[in-house]
Amino acid sequence: MSADRLLLTLSDSSDSSDGHSRIEILNTGGYRSDGRRQYELRTISIDLSPQGSGADGSASLTHGLTQVNVCVFGPREAKMRSQTYHDRANVNIEVAIAAFSASERRKRGRGDKRILELSQTLKSTFEPVIQTSLYPRSQIDIYIQVLQQDGGLLQACVNATTLALANAGIPTYDFVCAVTGGVHSTSPLLDLTLLEENDLPNVTVAVMPRSGKITLVSMETRLHVDRFEEIFRLAGEAGKVIHREMRKAVKDRTEQLVASMQSVGRPSTGADVGDNEY
Amino acid sequence: MVEITIRKRPQTEAVITQRKFFKKTARGKVVKVLRERYLRDDVACGIEGCRECSTEISRLLPLSGSLEHDLFPNGHYILPDTNVFLAQMDLIESSLFNPPMILLQTVLEEVRHRSLPLYNRLKALTKSEDKQIWVFYNEYRSETAIVREENETPNDRNDRGIRTAAAWYNTHISLTHTPVRGQKQMPHPTVVLITEDAANRQKAEKSGIVSVSVRRYVETMKDANVLLDLLSAEGSHNIEPTKAAAGRQALYPDYLPTPTLIAGVKAGELHQGHFNPNQYNYLEGSVPVPAFDKPILLVGRENMNRAVQGDIVVIEVFPEKDWKAPADEVVDQEAMQKNDDAEDSGEEGDENDEEVFSKESRVLSGSSNQKPPSERQPTGRIVGIIKRNWRAYVCHIDSTSLTSTLTTSLSTQTVFATPVSRLLPRIRLRTRQAPTLLNQKILVTIDRWDSTSRYPEGHFVRALGQVESKEAEQESLLLEFEVPYRPFGKAILDCLPPEGEQWVVPPKGEFDLQNIWRDRDDLRDVIVCSIDPPGCQDIDDALHAKLLPNGNIEAGVHIADVSHFVLPDNPMDSEAAARGTTVYLVDNRIDMLPSLLGTNLCSLRPFVERLAFSSIWELTADAEIVSVRFTKSVIKSKAAFTYEEAQIRKDDPNLHDELTNSIRLLNSLAIKLKAKRMAAGALNLASPEVKIHLDSAESSDPIDVEQKELRETNSLVEEFMLLANISVARKIEESFPQTAVLRRHLPPPKTNFEKLQDILRKTKGFSLDVSSSGALAASLDECVDAREPAFNTLVRIMATRCMLSAEYFSSGSVAKDTFGHYGLASEIYTHFTSPIRRYADVLVHRQLSAAIGSTPLHATLHSKSHVERVLDVVNRRHRMAQMAGRASVEFYVGLALKARGEQARARGEPDVREDAYVIRTFRNGVGVFVSKLGIEGLVTFKRETQFDAENYTITVPGAKEEVKISVFDKVVVRIEVEKDKNTQRGKVKMTLVEPVDSSAF
Repeated sequence: MSADRLLLTLSDSSDSSDGHSRIEILNTGGYRSDGRRQYELRTISIDLSPQGSGADGSASLTHGLTQVNVCVFGPREAKMRSQTYHDRANVNIEVAIAAFSASERRKRGRGDKRILELSQTLKSTFEPVIQTSLYPRSQIDIYIQVLQQDGGLLQACVNATTLALANAGIPTYDFVCAVTGGVHSTSPLLDLTLLEENDLPNVTVAVMPRSGKITLVSMETRLHVDRFEEIFRLAGEAGKVIHREMRKAVKDRTEQLVASMQSVGRPSTGADVGDNEY
Repeated sequence: MVEITIRKRPQTEAVITQRKFFKKTARGKVVKVLRERYLRDDVACGIEGCRECSTEISRLLPLSGSLEHDLFPNGHYILPDTNVFLAQMDLIESSLFNPPMILLQTVLEEVRHRSLPLYNRLKALTKSEDKQIWVFYNEYRSETAIVREENETPNDRNDRGIRTAAAWYNTHISLTHTPVRGQKQMPHPTVVLITEDAANRQKAEKSGIVSVSVRRYVETMKDANVLLDLLSAEGSHNIEPTKAAAGRQALYPDYLPTPTLIAGVKAGELHQGHFNPNQYNYLEGSVPVPAFDKPILLVGRENMNRAVQGDIVVIEVFPEKDWKAPADEVVDQEAMQKNDDAEDSGEEGDENDEEVFSKESRVLSGSSNQKPPSERQPTGRIVGIIKRNWRAYVCHIDSTSLTSTLTTSLSTQTVFATPVSRLLPRIRLRTRQAPTLLNQKILVTIDRWDSTSRYPEGHFVRALGQVESKEAEQESLLLEFEVPYRPFGKAILDCLPPEGEQWVVPPKGEFDLQNIWRDRDDLRDVIVCSIDPPGCQDIDDALHAKLLPNGNIEAGVHIADVSHFVLPDNPMDSEAAARGTTVYLVDNRIDMLPSLLGTNLCSLRPFVERLAFSSIWELTADAEIVSVRFTKSVIKSKAAFTYEEAQIRKDDPNLHDELTNSIRLLNSLAIKLKAKRMAAGALNLASPEVKIHLDSAESSDPIDVEQKELRETNSLVEEFMLLANISVARKIEESFPQTAVLRRHLPPPKTNFEKLQDILRKTKGFSLDVSSSGALAASLDECVDAREPAFNTLVRIMATRCMLSAEYFSSGSVAKDTFGHYGLASEIYTHFTSPIRRYADVLVHRQLSAAIGSTPLHATLHSKSHVERVLDVVNRRHRMAQMAGRASVEFYVGLALKARGEQARARGEPDVREDAYVIRTFRNGVGVFVSKLGIEGLVTFKRETQFDAENYTITVPGAKEEVKISVFDKVVVRIEVEKDKNTQRGKVKMTLVEPVDSSAF
């Protein structure tokens, strides 16, 4: 962004210059700060068209204004001896958070604690879900790029990774669908924005919708024990709602691919057949 | 299970549904802000029976609107804009103003943004049953949501949003009011935009929206005459100011550089002194300076220029024509600034500030200049601060300044902390735990006070506990008066005798390894007794008297020999010097010395041998001193009486034992001593003293309050203590003319009495002669009103307040002719008699001991500057201890009153009523003194009264006719303890019952 453009936006935004704490999380009319009601999830958009070069599967997902890209490589031969297991594939997850993604510009290096923790959480979420035993002595690399953050980072990472794995054709036992739930006073809220996340105790729950099993619960704030069960249940239910959306995206993508495979022979530009943008 | 859905936000609407922008924070960082908005079609219009909007909520606006307004015969709803709420909240709150109202989200948020207190009032209204208010979330409805256009100010955007919503309502109503076939077409009610902004009205009319101003709307209402009074004046011309361009504006003048200040003070152009705020009026303060008789008055915020109580400030005095008399109005900071907003007040010149300013300037200009010139005081302004005296203050969080009171909220909030002391300004602080701190006493320190900020900024130190819990109140009291209350450390306890409780006076002779008996008189056989208040544990004085063969009387005062145990310059001594005095609270005592000394080794308990410092006089039967000698001694008290026991014993004609006889002897001498003292012109002063009855030792719930009773024996002890103090003072001054620790009471400047004299002359016709203490004592004796026995006491109390307080000093530091003690009419005085609880007495003991050659004087007591430094601390501690004690009594009186009120209610009586006397009149209230409870209170009137400053009367409207109240009038007040809404502080509230009931105004 050029300097003049930045200046313009600076003066442009003076109306909300001191408004942060002045925004009501849940007003008496039952609306949240962005016009949603308690149990409404943000808009979700999924793009499964190939991204980058050579990825075996990729997914781009947005929850509201939170946006992540995931590329999956593999299963492929393990490069390092130390990370080669004779009976299963090694899952390697790397997360990169773009400096411009958060509200405050900040570069996070590879060794950043926060990033390491995030990738570790994701790894332990997905390792038992991916059927790694099918691919001994190989590795599956998952690269997550966070482009924009407006709350629900972990949730977006989990969902996008699930989709990218599906897109890469890596067999998993089930989808993993994550949703964040929070509580405002006594009212539970689902799918929190950054503003809500900063103010409310919240918990992220990832569910395997078919079995109803929970593969991930992450809570970094204090939540009253009496409220926990309700939020936990709700987030689990919401995961199933997200699941429908994800399944539809995968199905659509597959149908597109099938359709283009059947029309082989017609001139095509190769890999970009199913790109949604066209 | 609830229904969980995904709200879709079409990409095509991104322009109005999402915003990404960068903004610069206050600290200069640039942050990226992301906002999205989900527009919906199910935001209900709130009109009853609307076919399109279904809602489960029952409290809806009537279908046909309001038909009562003449301008709109077809029915209408009103839709006020933001300024109406900001300026006319009183009107909106009125129970007579009740048209169906549509409150837009845009408006609600703007109000919230501008002033949280107003927002909270509005919020309460929307919930109240007798208002018809529907909140329409226009920003979330797809038809009414708008985005700011380029070059549009936020205000214009909001105005446009309001107009858009009004227009939508009109079309919405016409759609939903389409007639059902076969029925007659009904006229539609209209939505009326109410705004004070003429430009907005024009634009509205252009787009076909009916709009009127508040005044015009109210004028044609049913109860117009009542409602028009509620309109605030500003409303008519105040056009909404824009907030966007607000920069940081300096509210206070800058301080001068320090060298300029010091040079100015040296040259006499500027003056230096301690800043004292006025506790009745937060816009006034004063600084006593040596160059003027009267303290310099500082009027208004700018002139007080960010000084906080106790700061050492430098002032510039205004020319004499600007001198003023202090205002006679009670100005309460909380009431005045209740709509002030913690987040942005004083940082941006918004109209909220102007409102406060205009109110304040109204108060200031009201401080009349028609006062007699004699009451004029020099005025000035603060140009610099030499030394800040900031410390931690005990505060409460002001609940209305909170954005969110949910305890789950983790966000940082800027809130106000109101100090318990009325002398301090509110402190602004940022905290993440504001909701949990509500209802707690907390400790806050001031960090800084910038010239751009109306309030000082501080930070939270720690929580003391729940409001009104005894622990929290007691600790807060100690902190507020800076009483050091930590337990004694090991180094200090190590200075105690190693035998501890088992320590005894060693037998005389060869077993006396420490040479305790050296230079000590053996007075173990003398009939010594002590007389103290009941329950006294630290007995530091004992007395004896016996007839001498020559017909004279030998009288002795024996004081615990604390200096034997507390040696100079060891940790225990330094700690005692720092504590200065023991602090007595109603239910607690903060010792100056470890309790082993105070309540055991140095307590002159009966039947135990104790070390003492004795002063023994030979007196004639007429109480003339023949000779006096001082000696260290060993005594064995024969009895420990309470005042009451001693009195009974003395009065019992059947008792003729030695003990009783010696009490009688002492008493006869005391009576003569007192008479002599009075003849010399000593004042008999009165200060309200009350006693709190505690329920039991454990619960310490006060049940009742009564005034302390004074007996003859109280006076007996007092006279001998005075005698001892005076004799000792003479002795040490003679031996150490440069460093003797003495106590003096300066004669008050005559001007201090002017007001009291004037009041007495005008209301009761008495004159007060203040030329000397003797003259004053005589004229005080004449101030007697046969009908009002309490009148004399009252005058004495008020006279006492005109005086200066007594202080310790080092004899070499001041001129010899200022040694005198005004109140006692003695030319020299010191404190010798309570070394357990006063540090000055310990010093005096050391000096006296050196004066009689018993022990050498420690080097530090030869240094004038060292003695001065120690006495400065002791003086301050002494003052603080008195205030802490008084505050503690006040707190318990409050509790007792509450208990009494509850008992009264249980018995079916309405409230607690007491006789009280008016001691001060203000323009809008009276200060009263309830002698029975020893408390002072303030009765304020909201309604205007006629105030006659000349004659100290105010005239208030009574039931039938107007009633005049003047100073010294006896009134009956109703006393309630009510919790202050904002600060959670238990507050004694008084209202007049007789001669008029003031609860109505």
